[in-house]
Amino acid sequence: MAILTGRPGPGTSPPPADLSSTGRFGDRVFHGLSTGSGIVVIGLVTAVGAFLLAQALPALVRNDANFLTDRVWQVDGDPLRFGIPDLLWVTVISSLVAMVIALPVAIGVALYLTEYAPPRLARPFAYLVDLLAAVPSIVYGLWGATIIITYVAPVQTFLGSVLGWIPLFSTENAITGTIFLASIVLAVMILPIITAISREVFAQTPLTHKEGALALGATRWEMIRTTVLPFGTPGTISAAMLGLGRALGETIAVSLIMGTTNGAFSWSLFSGGETFASRIANNAQEFDTPTKAGAFIAAGLVLFVLTFVVNAMARVVIERRKAFAE
Amino acid sequence: MKVSRSGRALGVALAGALALAACGSDDNSGSTTRSTDTAPRAASGGSGVSGTLNGEGSTAQKNAIQQVITGFQTGNGTATINYNGTGSGAGIKQFNAGQVDFAGSDSVLKTEAAGGGTSEADAAKQRCGGNSAWNLPMVAGPVAIAYNLPGVSKLTVTADLAAKIFKGDVKTWNDPAVAAANAGVTLPSSPVKVFFRSDESGTTENFQKYLSAAAPSAWTGKPAKKWAGTVGEGKPKSDGVAAAVKATPGGISYVEWSFATKNSLGVARVDTGAGPVELTGESAGKAVAAATQTGTGNDLALKLDYATKAPGAYPIVLVTYEIVCSKGLPAEKTTLLKAFLTFFADPAQQGKLLEAGYAPLPTEVQSKVSAAVEAIA
Repeated sequence: MAILTGRPGPGTSPPPADLSSTGRFGDRVFHGLSTGSGIVVIGLVTAVGAFLLAQALPALVRNDANFLTDRVWQVDGDPLRFGIPDLLWVTVISSLVAMVIALPVAIGVALYLTEYAPPRLARPFAYLVDLLAAVPSIVYGLWGATIIITYVAPVQTFLGSVLGWIPLFSTENAITGTIFLASIVLAVMILPIITAISREVFAQTPLTHKEGALALGATRWEMIRTTVLPFGTPGTISAAMLGLGRALGETIAVSLIMGTTNGAFSWSLFSGGETFASRIANNAQEFDTPTKAGAFIAAGLVLFVLTFVVNAMARVVIERRKAFAE
Repeated sequence: MKVSRSGRALGVALAGALALAACGSDDNSGSTTRSTDTAPRAASGGSGVSGTLNGEGSTAQKNAIQQVITGFQTGNGTATINYNGTGSGAGIKQFNAGQVDFAGSDSVLKTEAAGGGTSEADAAKQRCGGNSAWNLPMVAGPVAIAYNLPGVSKLTVTADLAAKIFKGDVKTWNDPAVAAANAGVTLPSSPVKVFFRSDESGTTENFQKYLSAAAPSAWTGKPAKKWAGTVGEGKPKSDGVAAAVKATPGGISYVEWSFATKNSLGVARVDTGAGPVELTGESAGKAVAAATQTGTGNDLALKLDYATKAPGAYPIVLVTYEIVCSKGLPAEKTTLLKAFLTFFADPAQQGKLLEAGYAPLPTEVQSKVSAAVEAIA
């Protein structure tokens, strides 16, 4: 948790008086095991990165198009021509919109659970929210593609008629399985992650801070605003980033919900498309040559890097925030 | 150690576990079509054929071959046939690598190498110990032009009209071009909503082959597994496309026949120039009968004439093959393979495929296939 929130967890303070090894056997074993676990994780991530790079390079070398700017995807035969701007846009925008929808709700739920709900109710309610995370993503996909789709259509029509002059809400190439619909379902999917972590962080606000605020005459809302929220901000940010990472990489639900489009590029949320992950999933059955598979793996590599960048950014934000909060 | 502290630690652990669980559950994609029946049955050495035969490839023929396998294994209790529907390309790759005993494919072995190296046919020959591999047409799967137009029970399209619809030139259903092919039918003014396959598929390739062969002026571009049209909305897999058309009044798409009938979608009649042809097992079979053989001898590679004007022939048909070694398999496998393929090509079995949405092979092709199977040594 300390790593997750950028804040010392309850187990690490006060620091042990003696950091040097006592030479006891149990200590040495435990030391070895935890170091080993750390190394395994680092090794795994490096291996995944190396695998992606090694598989993608042959295809990238043969690519006649600009990988980052050209909107083409011809991966059959020779020469290869493929680029990822569409995928990048759809991946990023669908995840961002999901975040914008999910984050306020998640913070609200977490605050309700820690500050407002009577303890007897808070517990089952928290389990219920956690249960959302246990629903398989294919179920979310089917739910979105068959049920939510009918409720979202009028909302889209309304948004399009009011905000249609903004390219993001243009209904010019509107289809049924839109990015907007996928974002809504993604928001539900990442809600439990953000809620669970925010809840844990909010619950750790020192009681003395809260009591101090209340003693100074703050209302409940003022107390939350002056103590709980500032204390929990770094944790909430990292929760949001974890949720974003999940949304960026979500595969099967997006693939089921989002309709693909072959036409001209559109900035609109009411258009369709493919994310990195859904394009790979949609085509995984027809990887008949290594270079073709390599083209898709190159797209996967970009997703890998993207997630990495998102996490790094979160870490920077948290580090800064920590300086403010303390 | 205070209790509250351990409680917190537990909470943290829970949150972490949840996050991890969430990460783990999102890759359930892909090979849902894999056959799970891979446990070899105990060979008791009874009567009939025995042993295990493994095949892999085309998903288009998966339902057909599964049905045949079930029938075959009922009659031959000690034999096990496994078929993995992983895609034609994957099937050929596995076959050439010697991983499976036969491959199912929507297209015949390519005799020209793509970008240098050995061609599929040569690689297959190597795999069969220097004996050539044969393409045996086993299943014909018609592709339906499925539509959802409330009130219109019979829609007729010509190749030219189909190309215009799928290109986006025809924007509403009461367009004069549609009306011209459907005299006497009241057409709604609703917009045409085209759906296509977002994944790469043999069905897409086949349908585009039809469009570019039968309507070369309206449909340009090289047929590929990826859809080339620029209008409409892509949906994954046949069921995704069929469900989308079903849910969208004014929707139209191309889909394997069984998916159209199971979703009770309208299936357009195709006017090849010799009058409108309804899609039936018989009309699809006629198109297969009109195909020319491009393979030599027992290699029954076929070339379909998509622009066929043969009366009563439904032109949009996908022929899927079993790719087998003419010689070179171990004796026991050869016996089993021959028994299985003979059973598969039998008119009785072929007739049953109709229920699964496939068209039986016409008699003349069927007898050629049987003869080729007999010649496998």
